[in-house]
Amino acid sequence: MSSETFDFEAFKRAASSVEVAGKMGGMPVIRVDETELFRAASFLKERQRYTMLLEITAVDWLTSPKPPSTRFETLYLFRHEDFARTVALKVAVHDPEQGVDSLTPLFLSADWLEREVYDQYGIVFKNHPCLKRILNHLQFEGYPLRKDYPIDRRHLCTETQDMMDELGPLIETEGYDLANDNLMVLNLGPSHPASHGTIRTIVALDGERIVAGASEIGYLHRGFEKSCETHTYNQIIPYTDRLNYCSALMNNIAFAKTVEEMLDIQLPDRAIFIRVVLAELSRIIDHLVCLAAGLLDMGAQTNYWYLFNPRNDAYDFLSKLTGARLTNSFMRIGGMTHDLYEGWREDLDDVLKKVRQGIDETLRMVAKNRIFNERVQEISPVSAEDAVSWGFTGPNLRASGVPYDLRFADPYYYYDTFDFDMVVGSVGDTHDRMMVRFEEMLQSIRIIEQAVERMPQGPVNVDDRAVTLPPKEEVYNTIEGTMNQFKLIFEGVKVPAGEYYGAFEAANGELGFYIVSDGSGTPYKVKVRAPSFLHMQAYPKIIVDYQVADAIMTLGSLNIIAGEMDR
Amino acid sequence: MDLTTQKLLEQNMLGDSVITTRIDAVIDWGRQSSLWPFVFGTACCAIEFMATAASRYDIARFGAEVLRFSPRHADLLVVAGTVSMKQAPILKQIYDQMPEPRWVISMGACASSGGFYDNYTTLQGIDEIVPVDVYIAGCPPRPEALLDAVVEIQKMLWKEPALKPRRPDFKGILDEQ
Ligand code: SF4
Repeated sequence: MSSETFDFEAFKRAASSVEVAGKMGGMPVIRVDETELFRAASFLKERQRYTMLLEITAVDWLTSPKPPSTRFETLYLFRHEDFARTVALKVAVHDPEQGVDSLTPLFLSADWLEREVYDQYGIVFKNHPCLKRILNHLQFEGYPLRKDYPIDRRHLCTETQDMMDELGPLIETEGYDLANDNLMVLNLGPSHPASHGTIRTIVALDGERIVAGASEIGYLHRGFEKSCETHTYNQIIPYTDRLNYCSALMNNIAFAKTVEEMLDIQLPDRAIFIRVVLAELSRIIDHLVCLAAGLLDMGAQTNYWYLFNPRNDAYDFLSKLTGARLTNSFMRIGGMTHDLYEGWREDLDDVLKKVRQGIDETLRMVAKNRIFNERVQEISPVSAEDAVSWGFTGPNLRASGVPYDLRFADPYYYYDTFDFDMVVGSVGDTHDRMMVRFEEMLQSIRIIEQAVERMPQGPVNVDDRAVTLPPKEEVYNTIEGTMNQFKLIFEGVKVPAGEYYGAFEAANGELGFYIVSDGSGTPYKVKVRAPSFLHMQAYPKIIVDYQVADAIMTLGSLNIIAGEMDR
Repeated sequence: MDLTTQKLLEQNMLGDSVITTRIDAVIDWGRQSSLWPFVFGTACCAIEFMATAASRYDIARFGAEVLRFSPRHADLLVVAGTVSMKQAPILKQIYDQMPEPRWVISMGACASSGGFYDNYTTLQGIDEIVPVDVYIAGCPPRPEALLDAVVEIQKMLWKEPALKPRRPDFKGILDEQ
């Protein structure tokens, strides 16, 4: 991402105590004093048009070989409204209990992002409207991502919170009185047929209309980020499978790509084209599940079969290739486990044919269907401005009419040379969110067809003994081969010290990995920028004024995947 | 045999329309092909459950297709996916709401043992909370493995008395000790 036009001088005039702290890839990193954070952020937003707060996280430098002056630092990523530029702000936190200013008045997305940092690191955000744990349960003690928190210390949870501390004030701001206005409080989830995994939403109803809603997440928090700190880079790949498990390969690719960028290695072309094919196929199967389940929620069961069957065919292809249907773990840092098998092309063609047929049959049943359209049109629209402020990315953002797709904005893997269209909606309602996905699958098929045509012969792994395993012949017959294998397996791929943010256009939106390396084979810190997390944050707000049955459809159309959201 | 029955038999009045059997056998015969599952689907394994329910694998062939979304209607609990500490009380509540007799399948590595999530948030196997009848290995298990587990339960229920509560003595970490 280019940084040319970042106006640092103007920025300096607005906030005096700033300094350029370096770069993360092409992204400028600016250090701001605690006291200036709010001013700096509002200057970035209002004057420089960095309208999207992409991510907030923190780093605990306790065990770092070269710690900075304070133990904790918070990090903010802002994206410009042209979507081409990103800037990082860094704040040294002198006292986590005193904390730093909350950015909630500026960005809608800040709320949950800050709560997560508080939950995981115990850093307080001043003036935050509702600073409480979000991923971990309320009986949890300590802050798990702090370096002195042992990874396997568990706390028993015996009860579930009633959420009225969040819902109550919301009801009041809507001008209702819970006791006297005959409102009904309805709990949905976390184990609810329409909650798609484990998400809990509690709503207050006036008749059938939702007056206020609040969501609780974290039921599928599996400690991905902490686990990363105890595994080598290649060992993390299976964990990435289980982020968005509907398109596991895509997470593999996104993670491997980020690490490869840190290592500054260039993949052979064949590997790149294979990755493009598999990533787009993953996008297709992800959208298939989203739409199949979404339509099922509405009672349109036939479509579930029509869309799930081609997905099963795609699984057959993937299990032939990778050995697993769902959790493929096929990528490695520097390439992938092995090349495509003989006869893959026919299999893939067949899968695509069936996918097209499934889409076709489904669209014929729903596209002009009055029941379908009335159920989804004008339901929970999200304006373009709100979508950006919520930090929406991917199909949900494009449905709101914002033409942003990393494959266009910051093309990687030759995406700029493929002939395909960006799919953009107009009003951002449930209908648009679903239809964008239908159309995106067709675009992905186009990309796959071109990539298959253009796929060159050659190796699928970089030829670098510091990164990829030597061929088995060498391992068994030469001492260097044995040593290489041994070192790579036990110590992992050594990634140069530093920090980096890598982003990938995944099925649900911008899947980013912020990685801090201390130079060893195990990351010092990994933070996932999970699109579902930010989409979910908007959910209890956008369902207000609609009915419960609409809210179910809206949840399906946002495609919240708990594994990715809760990590 | 009392007098009336003997008379009836002698006169062949019942014909072949009566069979005698044990009540257990009748009930079990009925139960085995009408298990009603409640799917506590939390994570990736639940996606494979969806595949098992869809037309290719078709769990209906084993009589277990009537998925219930209320635990009060179900007699087979399928825990498909990772259960976190935060989720444990909910799992217990669901199990408690199921009427007897009830069976539990633990689908996948996570539900069975925490899988590769040996960390601060993950329950190390659902058998700390509820009694498990069949464990399925795999991450995720293939649909065939899930079908196999259903068959396992069908075999199991023949061996148990039909009218007694199952596992009355089980105590999990969330039960009062
Ligand atoms: S066993 Fe594997 S596939 Fe199943 S929920 Fe756990 S991680 Fe996911």
